[in-house]
Amino acid sequence: MRQTLRSAFKRTTPQLLILAVVLLLNFLVFPDFFSIKFQHGRLFGNLIDVLNRGAPTALLCIGMTLVIATRGIDLSVGAVMAIAGAVAASLVVDGHGWGTALIGALAVGCLCGLWNGVLVAVLRIQPIVATLVLMVAGRGIAQLITEGTILTFVNPGLIQLGAGTVVGIPTPILIWLALGLAVTAVVRRTALGMLIEAIGINEGSSRLAGINSRVLLVCVYLISGFCAALAGVIVAADIKGADANNAGLWLELDAILAVVIGGNSLLGGRFSIIASLLGALIIQSVNSVILLSGMPPEFNLVIKALIIIAILVIQSPTVKHALYIIRASAQPIVPPETPKELKESTQ
Amino acid sequence: MAEDMRPVLHCTGISKFFPGAIALDEVELELYPGEVHALLGENGAGKSTLIKCLTGAYRRDGGTIRLDGEEIAPQSTQASQDLGIGTVYQEVNLLPNLTVAENLFLGRQPMRRGFISPRRMRDMARETLSEFGLSINPDEPLSAYSVAVQQVVAIARAVALSGKVLILDEPTASLDHDEVELLFSVIRKLKDRGLAIVFITHFLDQVFAISDRATVLRNGRVVGTRLLGETSQTEIVTMMLGRQLESRIHDRAPAEAGKTLLQLCDFGRRGMIDPFDLDVREGEVVGLAGLLGSGRTETANLIFGAVQADQGTVLLRDRKIGLGNPRAAIAHRFGLCPEDRKTDGIVGDLSVRENIILALQARQGWFRPLQRAKVNELVEAYIKALDIRLASPDMPIRLLSGDNQQKALLARWLATNPDFLILDEPTRGIDVGAHAEIIALIEKLRENGMALLVASSELEELVAYSTRVIVLRDRRHVRELRGKEITTANIVRAIADETVEEPA
Repeated sequence: MRQTLRSAFKRTTPQLLILAVVLLLNFLVFPDFFSIKFQHGRLFGNLIDVLNRGAPTALLCIGMTLVIATRGIDLSVGAVMAIAGAVAASLVVDGHGWGTALIGALAVGCLCGLWNGVLVAVLRIQPIVATLVLMVAGRGIAQLITEGTILTFVNPGLIQLGAGTVVGIPTPILIWLALGLAVTAVVRRTALGMLIEAIGINEGSSRLAGINSRVLLVCVYLISGFCAALAGVIVAADIKGADANNAGLWLELDAILAVVIGGNSLLGGRFSIIASLLGALIIQSVNSVILLSGMPPEFNLVIKALIIIAILVIQSPTVKHALYIIRASAQPIVPPETPKELKESTQ
Repeated sequence: MAEDMRPVLHCTGISKFFPGAIALDEVELELYPGEVHALLGENGAGKSTLIKCLTGAYRRDGGTIRLDGEEIAPQSTQASQDLGIGTVYQEVNLLPNLTVAENLFLGRQPMRRGFISPRRMRDMARETLSEFGLSINPDEPLSAYSVAVQQVVAIARAVALSGKVLILDEPTASLDHDEVELLFSVIRKLKDRGLAIVFITHFLDQVFAISDRATVLRNGRVVGTRLLGETSQTEIVTMMLGRQLESRIHDRAPAEAGKTLLQLCDFGRRGMIDPFDLDVREGEVVGLAGLLGSGRTETANLIFGAVQADQGTVLLRDRKIGLGNPRAAIAHRFGLCPEDRKTDGIVGDLSVRENIILALQARQGWFRPLQRAKVNELVEAYIKALDIRLASPDMPIRLLSGDNQQKALLARWLATNPDFLILDEPTRGIDVGAHAEIIALIEKLRENGMALLVASSELEELVAYSTRVIVLRDRRHVRELRGKEITTANIVRAIADETVEEPA
């Protein structure tokens, strides 16, 4: 167990370092960043905000990590969020309880995942195309459910999921933490994680070794749909309404980015959900820096892009290699050829 | 072939080096106008490297190529095409969504007032095609026609562009019998027009049917060039495989007849392998022999369910079973070590440990993970038993050498405790020491009562461990050798379709 912890820590070191740096930036632009207060039975503070606001991306990237590990991608998660939010809202508006609304929304999310999974695993459509279908159609479906309006509701149980607290901690934080830990435990405590990685690395070999890749592929898209639905309910609950046009808009890209910042290869294979969750927190912390620095909002997207490029460049193997060579050539005894090599390899 | 004729293409001393390997070693090749020259050799013999040097896809590291007496050094396939050397590959290199006429004239369309003249192009295409005995509509997209017709269109284009030397790289690999005839009639016409044609194929019958001479390559060297009218298939096969026809008698006592494990009746798949019958008993090693492309791998894959059979029945211990996919086969305690370790065997980024337990874990299902302690015990036992050399079982398997990867794959299947193990080329690309170990392992497994099916191109190896050998030829099971009949000489004769010497 201790060994597993140590290897998990080693795996996530780059993400932890980057997160620390971004949090430090937050602290520099806003010295009160780390202060947390307890008021009106609830924790307040910028750090809590990061954890809370990051919940939708964090939830999405749990499923997205598994999908990407199989060499796939799920573009539909943002649209599925909108559908799930619309379903939950329309159910409570129709007078059902919040429990029914939650279960209904999650069931619809699973159905969406099943649809994607069947397209990918059974009909063998490329994942990016297969999930594009629902990405486009999903918002339309959500609009049909809300009948084109922002469907608002007042059900306190449902609102509690997005805006409430449990023992002082905002509910979304607890939800994503719990789901992240649960899914990590399931994939690592069973053989699911290894089999998913095997499919992502070499599906042909995996099939010949007897792995039922079809069922596993459907499974990961199903999990992704479930995660998206949960994120959709939280977002709807937070604004007390289902906005079919804007709920989860472009969030699939944030989720993919979180997975990539988490050091997971888009070519599939080895994955770490914890690293992806750290990636989601990094993205949210970047958002927070921009907000707290008081820069005009029109700079937001550009600055976010610059920070993300910096993160990805630092992680790229080419840069790592160049850094390694620079460090090696800084040794006291330099062989005569080395400076020339360095010049060539850094060009 | 008149002796006083000057060769149109004359290669001398062609050499090509790859890091750590000599791909071509001083290769000689003479091509005369109006001859079909077969280029033969097993995989890795250097055929494709030679072709790539001729067509400019590779730069040769030594030697000269003379075309009509002029020394040439093509830098690209385009350049060699302009010089007169055209190539047609097995996978047709044309654009299936364009019309036949467009494919023929792409890049040199007949122009009229600065615009392409479709009518002239159509007429010229029709004319060209009729020269090749094809009466097809040049306005149809190329994809509307069969592979054979597409091949002929590709040949027509290559001949029109080049017209001195035509290289056909396995043009018949995906054609059926009638289509091969169509192609051959085209080749004969071109031969009469004085083209020099290089013909590469794995099908020996076709070599003898169409070619005048054959050059055999092995390990990057020319073994010899023969006039096909003056030689036998046996001699050619011997040259390709590099085996002396010694008649070593198989002196191992016949294995005790175990119970029949598996019976395949009329089992086959169209276009892949003709239906065959096969019984396998416990404690028996059935060898599969044949040239490359003869159907060894296809037989192995079909029995494992990697490819689904479209006819035939399977009885396992007298009970009828289905083999629809590898999972079904594994559930019946089958195992398959595939021919291509890298693409079909290892899961490169997973650790050696995970690779070894993969099949066992897949059979157990994902929700019943193997206990960590049991995994370690299992993995360590197999690493020791098979002498897998590695720094740590946690290292990715792709970092192991080929020998050790193969042993790890064997361990993967042995861990599932199979009743029936299929090994496809178990010793390919493996060094001498590991080679002997794997052969010894096969013997041991057989003695323990396992049934094995081993496909191999190493005849001596097959003779060493097989209790029976099935010989394949042109995707058919053509002969079964038993007991004392099993000698390398007899296998070669059976592959070359000659009568087998009765044991003395």
